[in-house]
Amino acid sequence: MARLTNDNVELAREIIGRYPRPKSALIPLLHLAQEQDGHLTDEAMAHIGELVGVSSAEVLGTASFYEMFKMETVGRYMVNICTNISCQLRGGEELLAHAEKTLGIRPGQTTSDGLFTLEDVECIAACTEAPCLQVNYRYEHRISNEGFDQLVNDLRAGRRSDIPSHGVLAEVRQHIPEDRRAGVVTPEDKAVPVWIAAAGEGDK
Amino acid sequence: MITDAPRIITSRFDNADSFTLAGYEATGGYQALRKALSMGPAAVADEVKTATLLGRGGAGFPAGVKWGLAPENVWPRYLVVNGDESEPGTYKDRLLMERDPHQLIEGVLLACYAIGCGQAFLYVRGEMAVAQERIAAALNDAYAAGYVGKNILGSDFSVDVVLTWGAGAYIVGEETALIESLEGNRGMPRLKPPYFPAAKGLYMQPTIVNNVETLSNLPWIVTNGGEAFAALGAETSRGTRMFAVSGHVKNPGVFEVEYGVTTFRDLIFAPQYAGGILGDRALKAFIPGGASAPWFFEEHLDLPLEKVTVDRAGSMLGSGAVVVMDETTDAVKACLRVVRFFARESCGKCTPCREGTTWLENILQRIQDGYGRPTDLDLLLDVSDNISPGIAWPPKQTTICPLGPSAVSPIASALQRFRPEFEARIAYAQEARHSIPVTITKASSHG
Repeated sequence: MARLTNDNVELAREIIGRYPRPKSALIPLLHLAQEQDGHLTDEAMAHIGELVGVSSAEVLGTASFYEMFKMETVGRYMVNICTNISCQLRGGEELLAHAEKTLGIRPGQTTSDGLFTLEDVECIAACTEAPCLQVNYRYEHRISNEGFDQLVNDLRAGRRSDIPSHGVLAEVRQHIPEDRRAGVVTPEDKAVPVWIAAAGEGDK
Repeated sequence: MITDAPRIITSRFDNADSFTLAGYEATGGYQALRKALSMGPAAVADEVKTATLLGRGGAGFPAGVKWGLAPENVWPRYLVVNGDESEPGTYKDRLLMERDPHQLIEGVLLACYAIGCGQAFLYVRGEMAVAQERIAAALNDAYAAGYVGKNILGSDFSVDVVLTWGAGAYIVGEETALIESLEGNRGMPRLKPPYFPAAKGLYMQPTIVNNVETLSNLPWIVTNGGEAFAALGAETSRGTRMFAVSGHVKNPGVFEVEYGVTTFRDLIFAPQYAGGILGDRALKAFIPGGASAPWFFEEHLDLPLEKVTVDRAGSMLGSGAVVVMDETTDAVKACLRVVRFFARESCGKCTPCREGTTWLENILQRIQDGYGRPTDLDLLLDVSDNISPGIAWPPKQTTICPLGPSAVSPIASALQRFRPEFEARIAYAQEARHSIPVTITKASSHG
């Protein structure tokens, strides 16, 4: 619960190495820190600042803009219920009210056992599957009150191994093999791309 | 008109292995890339221009023209893929990324080849974990197979495609905000000029920002030719397009239809599409192109899904999101919900939007809660006018991006058509109690 682990530093260096400017890796690295600790700690943000060469204040400046980054402890499962227009028309607000009752918390709060944090979120791009929600950014489509209670019971009983702890996003990461790498192109690389030059279009 | 136009971008959606490299290769995948490498970059760009492929992100700018805005002989150029789908009502880019990631990657490669981009960044919305996984896996496989990276398929074309992702902010869908986010900053739109990232974008280099659906069309266009694409559709709207139909319909869904000729009535009522309104109730209104679009009504049902026609009728096709409201819909509540979205998502950079959207929400909230005042409707229009002078369409703006004016759309629409509903709510409030000061506490604690 502090700085990035050695394994994560290695991953962070690999990610930074894909961008023309290290700061471009900031959001992916913040996700990495949140994956490690469940939320963003000051130590991790300072460490990320060291890795990309900006102050910890700049790291916080970026992190605090984005809704997904949590500065304090949240539940193991972030339950995000959509109440935007398409979901509102199909019972999203009623689903949220039901969820508040089932979990005994209001949006923004965490259950006392530390398992669930409830959020009333904006459109999550499942509008034809309303009402919808996400648990740790995994979708549940066309969910009824009974379906919601079942979901909560399953999560409590550990029956949803497909949903990782809060902070984990993609469980598959991009890796560019060294021998296949085209290489980073920085703004200082002013050369005409080889295939454009070869086609005699360098003057286009 | 319902046509039997081919499914261009959703052709693999019914295949269980649509997202795998094997499934993609077995259905013609990466053949367009091979063909392009033999055509040369200029010929590929010409096919896209011939196709008149309008951008599918919201603004509907022709992709071929956008590519041509990159200044001559300024290198390097970058390609940024906008996969930050978050306009309320919109559900198509996530499907394309989850179900056919290789089609998108091939589209990215074709664009980089034609434009001369040295590197590509595929920016996926933060909340879309599965899309990120599918694209990461697809890129890893495509690199291993020689489709991406150094000397692609043994040619002199080399480009890295980097998967990157956001962290929750609607405004990052605006292309200059997306670039800021990609530079590791707060996702706030840039002051214009420069007007187009194509001139000065990522790291102030020429940058083409294209939407996921736009790029997903490229393999078909290169394989079948720009003319075959332009033969579909009508007027300026060529090819096919994905539309998500949500809300009060019997069969909500995402449908790829021929662009320019299919009508809203087809989309909402035809049995093979949304199948009509729930409980066969009457239509009250529908949003034709995402939450930012002014609302349409019964009299607009027979308009074709054609960009210029819909623009002229006073709204937009935007991001292909049709939200249907039946006669039981509470206009005040629906209007408030859309306005609240923009208030929560305003980045705070421009005062008229930051303050204006917040006050619009507060005023609507008090009307909804039964504390409305008789002057509130004019106040709503006055605040709206400060964000978008004249409350006209297309909107003027006192802000540097269209988010602020987008919050004005639902108010203008709802008040124009359902003003008596608002007045009745306010009259009831006046009878019930004397005026109570507006509260500035939001209904919810975050945003």
